Amino acid sequence: MAKKEEHPLKKVCIICAKGSIEDVYATLVMANGAVMEGIETNLFFTFFGLDAITKKQMKKLHTATVGNPAMRMPGGLPFPTVLGLIPGVEAGVSAMMKSQMDKLDIPPVDEFLEMITAGGGEIYACKLAMDMFKLKKEDLSEHVKDVLTVGQFYELSGGENTQIIFT
Amino acid sequence: MEQKNYAGIAIEINEEGYMVNMDQWNKDVAVELAKEEDIELTDKHYDILEYIRNKVKSGDTLTIRAIGKSGIVDIKGFYTLFPGGPLKKATKIAGVSKPSSCV
Repeated sequence: MAKKEEHPLKKVCIICAKGSIEDVYATLVMANGAVMEGIETNLFFTFFGLDAITKKQMKKLHTATVGNPAMRMPGGLPFPTVLGLIPGVEAGVSAMMKSQMDKLDIPPVDEFLEMITAGGGEIYACKLAMDMFKLKKEDLSEHVKDVLTVGQFYELSGGENTQIIFT
Repeated sequence: MEQKNYAGIAIEINEEGYMVNMDQWNKDVAVELAKEEDIELTDKHYDILEYIRNKVKSGDTLTIRAIGKSGIVDIKGFYTLFPGGPLKKATKIAGVSKPSSCV
């Protein structure tokens, strides 16, 4: 991977619209990775993705144990959907995912947001979804820079060699 | 394998400019490597470079998070000292190979 790109990426704008562990972390890992590479990074959370930046919810993200065909038992056997219905199973599976990530030095959500902003990445929330979920700016993490309309998000996404990524 | 002269030593580097043999490194070499990245080294930089070299020697994976928890520098400070890609630049100047970590 030594090839020099002729037009290296200058800016990424990443949209997160879902609130499960894997959706949020896909967003955060990609955003942090971009910051680490010196790429200007804007993150935009909307709909259920807002859970990732809402103080009350950000530490309680889950991964779905029902309706998730890629779910396996620890040994690799298929995970029966009915198991996922039992109270506590989803919480247990989610806790296991989080502990596996911690071993790889993947931080919890709040610390991840701090890492991204420390490196110069910017985090925004969607105004329409905030209104829909009756959220106020105070409900959001201190790392959220602003609440934006779609139009303002597109304004941020201008410029050469910019990509918008929808996770 | 390419060779390049840094501080009077013919140093083996790979195609991305990372040193192949970390034992060829010394502080003068670091100064010249840093110059190529437009960084002027301070004591704080050296503390981080030492930390990175020790981690690599003991076979640990380098991550920005770990460096932020090292007690030497916080993450914001790390980005300030090595602007525009701190882990890539710091490892290059520390004379170790490019980290393969995603976090």
